Amino acid sequence: MVVTAVTDETPRVRTLQLAVDDWPGHRAGQHVDVRLTAEDGYQAERAYSIASAPGEPPAITVERLDDGEVSPYLTEEVRTSDRFEVRGPIGGYFVWRSESSDPLLLVGGGSGVVPLRAMLRHRARSASTARARLLYSSRSLADVIYRSELEQLANGVDVVFTLTREQPPSWSGYTRRVDTELLREVAWPAEHGALAYVCGPTSFVEAVAEGLVALGYPPARVKTERFGATGGR
Amino acid sequence: MDTLDGNAIGGLLREVFAVEMTDATGVCGHCNNEAPVAECEVYLGGPGAVVRCRTCQGLLMVFVRVRGVLCVDLGGLQTLERAPSS
Amino acid sequence: MSFVSRGFQGRRKADADAGRIPPGQHATDDFPVLSAGPTPHTSLDIWTFSILLGDEGKSWTWKEFNELPTETVTVDIHCVTRWSKLDTVWRGVSVDTLLDEVEHDAAYVLAFCDGGYTTNLPLEDVTGGKAWIAFEYDGEPLDPEHGGPARLLVPHLYFWKSAKWVRGLKLLDEDEPGFWETYGYHMYGDPWREQRYAGD
Repeated sequence: MVVTAVTDETPRVRTLQLAVDDWPGHRAGQHVDVRLTAEDGYQAERAYSIASAPGEPPAITVERLDDGEVSPYLTEEVRTSDRFEVRGPIGGYFVWRSESSDPLLLVGGGSGVVPLRAMLRHRARSASTARARLLYSSRSLADVIYRSELEQLANGVDVVFTLTREQPPSWSGYTRRVDTELLREVAWPAEHGALAYVCGPTSFVEAVAEGLVALGYPPARVKTERFGATGGR
Repeated sequence: MDTLDGNAIGGLLREVFAVEMTDATGVCGHCNNEAPVAECEVYLGGPGAVVRCRTCQGLLMVFVRVRGVLCVDLGGLQTLERAPSS
Repeated sequence: MSFVSRGFQGRRKADADAGRIPPGQHATDDFPVLSAGPTPHTSLDIWTFSILLGDEGKSWTWKEFNELPTETVTVDIHCVTRWSKLDTVWRGVSVDTLLDEVEHDAAYVLAFCDGGYTTNLPLEDVTGGKAWIAFEYDGEPLDPEHGGPARLLVPHLYFWKSAKWVRGLKLLDEDEPGFWETYGYHMYGDPWREQRYAGD
């Protein structure tokens, strides 16, 4: 596969547009396994969620982890026309299909927003009328990935940000980590029969999933994808 | 430590089963808990991939690559059932 | 099909002394956390370390264990996943000190741990100043993620033999495969002969 475009989303986050031979198409929420090989044969492999909607060419959005082995390379070194190995698309559980008309609750922490953004793009492109709400936790406004895209969503999508470390002076939104109380205020009530997708660092996902179940969401209606302690996989 | 879930081994499972398995349902051989593979606890980075039951931490699956050959132990599962194709 | 990714190096140290890096390994400054299960959190009130010979043996509580003589050692460690870390500093009780308390003529040991992990070693590879029960790393109490309160430390073998959260050694007449050995890893695990898998 070859990198066709590189976009900086935030100071630490970059999106790579890919052209993959014989790409079979993908579903919203799936990921790819990226494998890098050094000249001496050393290899490293990581999984990255697909940031684009079904029907769009595959793209991945990568957050640079300070102690990362692969992410610094993908976010700082990679240029258009670079090639590396990609396996996928992969995933069948953490997938949203546009045929679903149930209210959709998306809860993302940090780079956990990536597969959720693919779901929202898919929803828009398929003219779905399912009500959707994204609750997105970031450290600061500068760390909000896809910010202008998310701020411009309309047509039945609510986006709620919480900025946990730093907020602009005029900020009137949430300023704390997602807890059960915040979920109570933001999530669709359990009786609405929503389908929830939760993605981000492991501790974030577990706290949110527990909170939604405490609010009455059936566990089978809360789908989780853990990115590990630091947000990468 | 990064405790992951079954989503992280989606690629590995495809290599073994040749089909998507993150949405397969596993029944734990230790405590009978039933869960999608995607929701199991996964420990990566060591000599192999270890999959455990989220309820009882019992060992469900172990994947090891020995000289390039992928070896799989599914002995901790009572059953493993593919999701119905959509 | 693999092809080289332009400019990819990983996080390897380029300047490590090659003579100290076993074949197939690369040096790192990191200390990766690798596990086969969740981090146990055994209270020190109930923690014990045992040397077992059949149903008998000797056990030390945390308090008793901390009254034993200790050593501070600086060693290189080599993980089978190909990273090596040089000059790591540990403090622990020599396994010789513990084995001296039990009369036996066993030839092998099986280390057993909280969480169920096991690993096997010949007795002569945990004696003669080659192994410790380590409870401090780099001058600090051993982090639970890295095996605290105490782990086995056997630096001359691949690091999967340095069992985290160790609770004791079973003395055996025959070599018995532990957790990773059962799944195809080498029964002995000498990094200098690159004994990663059974049959190497």
